[in-house]
Amino acid sequence: MATETADGTEETGLVFHPLDQFIVKPLFGDGPVHWYTITNVTLWMALAVLAIVAVFVIGTRRRAIVPSRIQSFTEVIYGFTYKMIEDIAGKEATKFFPYIFSLFMFILFANYLGLIPMSFATTSHMAVTAVMAMAVFITVTIVGFVKNGVGFFGLFWVSSAPLALRPFLALIELISYFVRPVSHSIRLGGNIMAGHAVIKVFAAFAAIWVISPVAIAGIAAMYAFEMLVAAVQAYVFTILTVVYLKDALHPQH
Amino acid sequence: MEGNIVEMGKLIGAGLASVGMGTAAIGVGIIIGNFLSGALRNPSAAPGQIGMLFIGIAFAEAFGIFSFLVALLLMFAF
Repeated sequence: MATETADGTEETGLVFHPLDQFIVKPLFGDGPVHWYTITNVTLWMALAVLAIVAVFVIGTRRRAIVPSRIQSFTEVIYGFTYKMIEDIAGKEATKFFPYIFSLFMFILFANYLGLIPMSFATTSHMAVTAVMAMAVFITVTIVGFVKNGVGFFGLFWVSSAPLALRPFLALIELISYFVRPVSHSIRLGGNIMAGHAVIKVFAAFAAIWVISPVAIAGIAAMYAFEMLVAAVQAYVFTILTVVYLKDALHPQH
Repeated sequence: MEGNIVEMGKLIGAGLASVGMGTAAIGVGIIIGNFLSGALRNPSAAPGQIGMLFIGIAFAEAFGIFSFLVALLLMFAF
């Protein structure tokens, strides 16, 4: 991203489109993109998975009493996720720890891999985040019905409200329940896409020599901010998954 | 002055939609401000509520992102 400011210094105006970085291209050749085509999205998602496996295999291989840096990273992030699930959703929700931990790790690593210059931010695509959010939505709904049966509808029937108000509240709760996967996926995808697009806009302004120092400082500042956003959005996606899981396990208001 | 009036409408609409992002920023500011004022009154209870803080920020921010999405849709999808 930032490396592309070097070329095109004598031109004025936006020398490239800020959203060009999100184009999905086939990795081999340039035919149409089918669902089985290996694209740059596939490549960077696979790299994220490989990076996670490498970090956790290397980190837990020694199991030393005095942990190395990578081992303490794996221990801290494992304990952090476990404690988050236990605090919010209770002891019985820790059954879902592997799923939630994989989600958290995948989003975290995909976000940070997307921040490497010239790489591809897979989580900026709604198609990627929507699959994860729909998986969470379907899982949570099934878990809610399996655990509580018809009692799961107690999530929509606010028993503390006046009786006349309850059908109206039930409608609102129902709508908000079905909007969950939409907002869940767009929050992550939109944040990452917006951040990367802003960095690209600054990079395009760096081609104008009068404002190029300001633009380059802007790239550095946005990059630092994106490092924060990448972690915060992964955390937010995970914590919302846990909150939805809590709603499914204890639907009473 | 020439040009396509549909193009003009799109750009004006996208600009108006991005006002929504500013209002989401106000919402996030209110959340963090209230969290801080509560946390400074009772600092010992604050670390347990960091998760709630982020949930609140996420809900407020989602609607700002929606308006960003509307702006993008107006500019590129229509």
